[in-house]
Amino acid sequence: MDDLRQKYLALVSGAGDEATLEDVRLAALGKKGEISLKMRELGRMDPEMRQATGAALNRLKDEIDLALRAKKAALGDAALDARLKDEWLDVTLPGRPRAQGTIHPVSQVGEEVTAIFADMGFAVAEGPQIESDWYNFDALNIAPEHPARQEHDTFFMAREAGDDRPPHVLRTHTSPVQIRAMQAQGAPIRVIAPGRVYRMDMDQTHAPMFHQLEGLAIDRDISMANLKWVLEEFCRAFFEVEGVELRFRASHFPFTEPSAEVDIRCSWDKGQLKIGEGDGWMEILGSGMVHPKVLEAAGVDPDAWQGFAFGMGIDRLAMLKYGIPDLRAFFDSDLRWLRHYGFAALDMPTVSGGLSR
Amino acid sequence: MKFTLSWLKDHLETEATLAEITYALTDLGLEVEEVVDPAERLGAFRICKVIEAVQHPNADKLRLCRVATYPDGPKGRMEEVQVVCGAPNARTGLVGVFAPVGTHVPGTGVDLKPGVIRGVESNGMLCSERELMISDDHDGIIDLPDDAPVGVRFIDYRGINDPMIYIKVTPNRPDALGVRGIARDLAARGLGRLKPLEVAPVKGAFESPIRVAIDPALKEKGCPLFAGRLIRGVTNGPSPAWLQARLKAIGLRPISALVDITNFFTVDQNRPLHVFDADKVAGGLRIHPAQGGEELMALDDKSYAFGPGMMVISDDKGPQSIAGVMGGAASGCSADTVNVFIESAYWDPITVAATGRALKINSDARYRFERGVDPDFTLPGLEAATRMVLELCGGEASEVVSDGAVPVTDRAYRLDPARVVSLVGMEIPEAEQRATLEALGFVLKGDMAHPPSWRPDVLGEADLVEEVARIASLTRLEGQPMRRAKPGVPKPILTPMQMREKTVRRMLAALGYNECVTYSFIDAASAALFGGGAEATRLENPISSEMTHMRPDLLPGLLQAAARNQARGFADMALFEVGPAFHGGEPGEQQVQAAGLMVGATASRNPHRPRRMADIYDAKADAEAVLASIGAPARAQINRDAAGWFHPGRSGRMALGRNVLAAFGELHPRVLKSLDVKGPAVGFTIFVEAVPFAKARGSTRAALNLSDLQAVERDFAFVVDKRVEALSLANAAQGADKALIERVTVFDEFMGAKAEAQMGPGKKSLAISVRLQPTGKTLTEAEIEAVSARIIEKVGKATGGVLRG
Repeated sequence: MDDLRQKYLALVSGAGDEATLEDVRLAALGKKGEISLKMRELGRMDPEMRQATGAALNRLKDEIDLALRAKKAALGDAALDARLKDEWLDVTLPGRPRAQGTIHPVSQVGEEVTAIFADMGFAVAEGPQIESDWYNFDALNIAPEHPARQEHDTFFMAREAGDDRPPHVLRTHTSPVQIRAMQAQGAPIRVIAPGRVYRMDMDQTHAPMFHQLEGLAIDRDISMANLKWVLEEFCRAFFEVEGVELRFRASHFPFTEPSAEVDIRCSWDKGQLKIGEGDGWMEILGSGMVHPKVLEAAGVDPDAWQGFAFGMGIDRLAMLKYGIPDLRAFFDSDLRWLRHYGFAALDMPTVSGGLSR
Repeated sequence: MKFTLSWLKDHLETEATLAEITYALTDLGLEVEEVVDPAERLGAFRICKVIEAVQHPNADKLRLCRVATYPDGPKGRMEEVQVVCGAPNARTGLVGVFAPVGTHVPGTGVDLKPGVIRGVESNGMLCSERELMISDDHDGIIDLPDDAPVGVRFIDYRGINDPMIYIKVTPNRPDALGVRGIARDLAARGLGRLKPLEVAPVKGAFESPIRVAIDPALKEKGCPLFAGRLIRGVTNGPSPAWLQARLKAIGLRPISALVDITNFFTVDQNRPLHVFDADKVAGGLRIHPAQGGEELMALDDKSYAFGPGMMVISDDKGPQSIAGVMGGAASGCSADTVNVFIESAYWDPITVAATGRALKINSDARYRFERGVDPDFTLPGLEAATRMVLELCGGEASEVVSDGAVPVTDRAYRLDPARVVSLVGMEIPEAEQRATLEALGFVLKGDMAHPPSWRPDVLGEADLVEEVARIASLTRLEGQPMRRAKPGVPKPILTPMQMREKTVRRMLAALGYNECVTYSFIDAASAALFGGGAEATRLENPISSEMTHMRPDLLPGLLQAAARNQARGFADMALFEVGPAFHGGEPGEQQVQAAGLMVGATASRNPHRPRRMADIYDAKADAEAVLASIGAPARAQINRDAAGWFHPGRSGRMALGRNVLAAFGELHPRVLKSLDVKGPAVGFTIFVEAVPFAKARGSTRAALNLSDLQAVERDFAFVVDKRVEALSLANAAQGADKALIERVTVFDEFMGAKAEAQMGPGKKSLAISVRLQPTGKTLTEAEIEAVSARIIEKVGKATGGVLRG
């Protein structure tokens, strides 16, 4: 019995591959294997003998079976190791390319601005870009012969012969949306209106189209001091700095009275703009208390309601915040520019999560 | 508006510094654009004396000068400096102008450094007028009289130490187009006292031979008042140095005493005047509307033809002046003028603006009259000008001739001090409010404020508020929190459409497209290619021929962007834009589109798979992904009715009945060619507003029904004619058993030469996978066979397809 044991354990450990191992298994434990044959002989033995030999044979069988399984596993592992060693890929090759889309800075900043004003209770209003001259001028207290109407560098739509109405215009500002929003909603009202506006101007710093953000808040007792606070809050949130300082300067817009241009404290350091520090002032927007005639034109009683309006350039805000040098490049669609200044699809500005990464 | 500090001080008695004045101006709404302070630029140049000038030892044309300089001024110590000078007039005893080492010389742009010229040290410079940029004179260095005070700053000696201030005047403030108006604002702010202005009339010595008459058609509006007088025996030489210096300082060229006087009053009091050479005026002057067709050579040496109704001033021969805009050349004053007729009129702003605009003349007179000059000052202005002409040119004045009358501008608005405080949000006591208005020339009677005649812009109570706030200084304004309209968590503020635009944008960026913002107007040819270009969408005054029409679709703008990028060397790109397209010229005839464009390969070159050119199935997949993101139903119909700018065989539309949601396809090769795009290119336009909005927005989802029974997938390949559409085949299969068939998917199309070789000419194979989902009990093989047979039958009936052997 010991000989058998020695013999087969030696054969198992000596087997070099799975086929040899299978031969060993058949020779030992197969139907006609040596151990199986020995088991058959048990029947011819007397009971005591049979019991003793049977138990020993079973132990031997189990032992060899275990050895076979262990060897088989070991051979399998070795084979896998050998195969894996062969399966080599260059991990420095680039991954499969996936196109990287971008969001235009105008859209991104539009969303940033909307997020901030939404938090202060402003809704978003919209209006047509081809406007009647009434909405673009008259309703905003810009009389037909007012010099400001000439200074607006207005684009006019063609009029067919026989159509004697004054020509429509491409809106020169987002202010007509004030009128439309108040007509639709009345007072009290808090809205912002972002959108495209058009002026006949094209040079180093001007494009014939750009984007404005209009703001309007009308209630019983809204004052210019409230306007200043709202703009301070906006600038602090938008430029993501701890403190901002705004300076109101008297100015003139036909649709507000009093009117103020608003400067923000800043510094220029090696071409880098820093908001909220330094000795410089930069004009960022125009604003004022809505003119009673504008309220009247929009159907709001100026004796009962008062409030402010402001307008600023979205493209300009983007340029200031993100250090983009040239306005005209905004509309050129140069892929290099879009990729460099654009934003990822998932960079969604929120007040809770922050406006920019 | 430009003026100088000394000019301001003619009207304002003040101790304020230049810095205080410019700060106040900007704060008052008279924004300072530029200050040119000669002391800053030329303060280092002082008068010196050349002790001795000798020949330079090593250069024929150079002189070696020992110069006595006085760096600390005339009372300070003398410092001798050696200077090498090339000027021919450098000589012993010359009194000139010296710039020490370290000075920036404006005329050369150089900072002076100690130097060695041909072996000799030179420390500073003797300067010419051109080097100081006070004239073009460069014939030699400045050569002053022997008694010129050495050590004194040259700008003080020459009287050019007068800072120039340039302010931006908003259109509502014509009064600030005169130095006096600016002084009045500063005085109201407390920066000094406005000096009184008294204009004593000059008594006429004779009757003016030139009479004036306003046509009745213009008396009411165009020209309420026209006045003038003759001054005979004048000498029209150059104006005195002080007047020339002032005009030069604000960028005006001195011409002659008479003309300089009119320019002086234009700037000093915003009172434009005109001077006629009386000897060139035939008969009287008549102010009347033009018949149309008359011509006039104006003072700018250009000829203008009048349209009917334009306001002109004519003598017996014809038009001599474009009223309120520009005088005529023939009757203008020259050095030979001995008899001058001075005109001072009040012209209606609107009429002047209309004429000026029609004739495209931007003159100083037009600029002021159309903003509104002070009507009450028409006659005093004439008297003041008369005085100055008599003073500077001599002569004798006639009586004043005039027609019309000063228009009445008196009006009054209620000052409500409490409302002022409420609107501005700043505590300004009532007494201060009243004092402010009075300082600005308002007359207060009780609580009614009468604006002065020079403030045509004040037209209501709100204007009083503005004046008070402006003078009180908005810089002092402190922010006050604005409470929320409603307490608690705010409701969403974006409309579903606004959210939709945002989603579309983010979706397209996530799909790998780069967002563009292109102009809303395009060229006529491109507009026409995309179904636009109608007259109603044309701009009357486009800025260039590339921007004449409102865009009918976003694709042409993207294609032009693609062409520009191809020219820069980019072959593969995916661009998109979300924005308005215009189908008409009326307000509201615009709709939001989202357009995408793919040109070139779907991915950059890479080692993993062959590159593939973008095709219509990329465009379709992306369009569908965007539509899905904004809640479009999954089963939109697909038709082949896409517009003509797409490839007729490779384009389609997604629609719900007649409501078209999107168009997609390969762009027509002719379109690509005319837009200079190297194709092929595929794209889509999504009509974002056309996708139906969900009716009610419940947040509960439908219950999920999952079957425990095994689903069965069966594949079928059919041979069909090659123009049979996969969708009709799939729909036919789906119809075989609507309850059992959960889904039909087309998973293979085999067509082309190889396919036709196998299956016959004009044939292709389409393979579908059908998923059967039993609900009651597991399907038996026989049941599956039965469904399969029905599928084959239905497909055969609908498409003529047979099962592929």
